[in-house]
Amino acid sequence: MYQWDFSFIWSYRWLFVNGTVVTLLFTFGIVVLGLAVGLFSGLLRLSRFAPLRWLSQAYVEVFRCTPVLVQLVWFYYALPILSGIEMSATTAGVLALSLYGGAFYSEIIRGGINSIEPGQTEAALALGMTPSQSMRRIVLPQALKRMVPPLMNQSIIQLKNTSLVSVLAVPDLLYQGQAVAHDSYRPLEIYTLVAVIYFVILFPLTLLVGRLERRLARAD
Amino acid sequence: MTAKIEVAALSKSFGDHQVLRSVNMSVGSGEVVALIGPSGSGKSTLLRCLNLLVTPDGGRVRVGGQSLDFGTSSKLPGTASLAKFRAGTGMVFQQFNLFPHKTVLGNVMEGPLTVRRMPRAEAETLARALLGKVGLAEKADQYPARLSGGQKQRVAIARALAMQPEIMLFDEATSALDPELVGEVLNVMRELAAEGMTMVIVTHEIAFAREVADRVVFLRDGVIVEDGPAKQVIDAPQQEATQAFLSHFHRQRDN
Ligand SMILES: Nc1ncnc2c1ncn2[C@@H]1O[C@H](COP(=O)(O)OP(=O)(O)OP(=O)(O)O)[C@@H](O)[C@H]1O
Ligand SMILES: [Mg+2]
Repeated sequence: MYQWDFSFIWSYRWLFVNGTVVTLLFTFGIVVLGLAVGLFSGLLRLSRFAPLRWLSQAYVEVFRCTPVLVQLVWFYYALPILSGIEMSATTAGVLALSLYGGAFYSEIIRGGINSIEPGQTEAALALGMTPSQSMRRIVLPQALKRMVPPLMNQSIIQLKNTSLVSVLAVPDLLYQGQAVAHDSYRPLEIYTLVAVIYFVILFPLTLLVGRLERRLARAD
Repeated sequence: MTAKIEVAALSKSFGDHQVLRSVNMSVGSGEVVALIGPSGSGKSTLLRCLNLLVTPDGGRVRVGGQSLDFGTSSKLPGTASLAKFRAGTGMVFQQFNLFPHKTVLGNVMEGPLTVRRMPRAEAETLARALLGKVGLAEKADQYPARLSGGQKQRVAIARALAMQPEIMLFDEATSALDPELVGEVLNVMRELAAEGMTMVIVTHEIAFAREVADRVVFLRDGVIVEDGPAKQVIDAPQQEATQAFLSHFHRQRDN
């Protein structure tokens, strides 16, 4: 039987705290940027101009149909060669994960907007609103409410995806865990703790999403 | 009587299905016109061309002082001029299409606030007056989901009136209602007609059309087959197609 021993971990506490902070900041960054990209792309997807729709669709498909780890590595090792611009691991990670998340957010936002009955837009236009007024005042407020649970779900996935940046040596929670594991020779305790920290952050969030989903289902 | 609405050589196709074939129609100021015809004959399409929710392929639409031309030579009006055109025409839909995220008062204030940029206090006074007029003053703070179908439709009428439109368009305003709720909506429409509002009403309520409309226009396959005084068209239709439609209609109602 393996003798569990968590007592030594206390001396590494600041590494775990730092790693968790980096993971949370990273998540915050890629969720905000990803939402901005996703809203832009989702609206393009609904544009009257076909080339804009195609552009948006091409973006979404490229990022949905390649593994996110491949994207990370590509942005860090390949893009600098192509563009001639060096970038830090953090920059590459933020860029890749924001664009990856943005592709999924884009689909959620497009779906949310499409789920609003066309009669709402017609009523708004019939009052004399312009299409953008109708979008802002009538369609988006209703669509946003429906989008919140799936957007939160995607953001939870985004938090988990941040663990991938450890391969680029961004000092996130998993990276710090690896460092401690090497240092202490106790990978079982370390990686268990890392998993527990992710779980403790994510579980309440999934409960919250579930509650929101149920509340919305009741309201409909 | 000067014409308030004028439609000339209006045509519209969806794909290769021609839904309106060079329709000409005019509606005098204060006149009430009922548009009747079989399902798929193009009634809704014609009505929606009057506020350009459907963009005609060709022809001209004039409402009051605003006129727009459509066709190969003229370029399509931009979103701003479309919006301006629509602001002067009120429309009431079969499915009400109230804004569910806004209260009854919010629904009625929405047009004046967003489109007319009316100060909030003024918009609220206007909206409350209109809600009183349709008999729903006490429902101002409720959400549409809490209302009956008849109440929803009356709010929708108040919402359209809040734009102080030159004309009102009704597309089967009572077709989605339980029979016992039809009367309250027809009463509001009757009142509007009596006040001199110019109205075009797509309806299956033949008795109502006969009573309230000045004129009845019978549409079939995208063509106006008959157009005349309401009582004449309904009691003694001249065209065979109109006779067939009305007799079919009466048979249905008798069953
Ligand atoms: N957006 C559209 N795209 C394609 N076809 C359409 C569209 N709108 C209407 N049509 C077709 O045009 C024809 C006329 O439709 P319209 O809705 O004007 O008929 P209607 O007289 O109002 O019929 P109803 O009494 O059933 O409401 C129908 O065959 C319909 O299928
Ligand atoms: Mg119709």
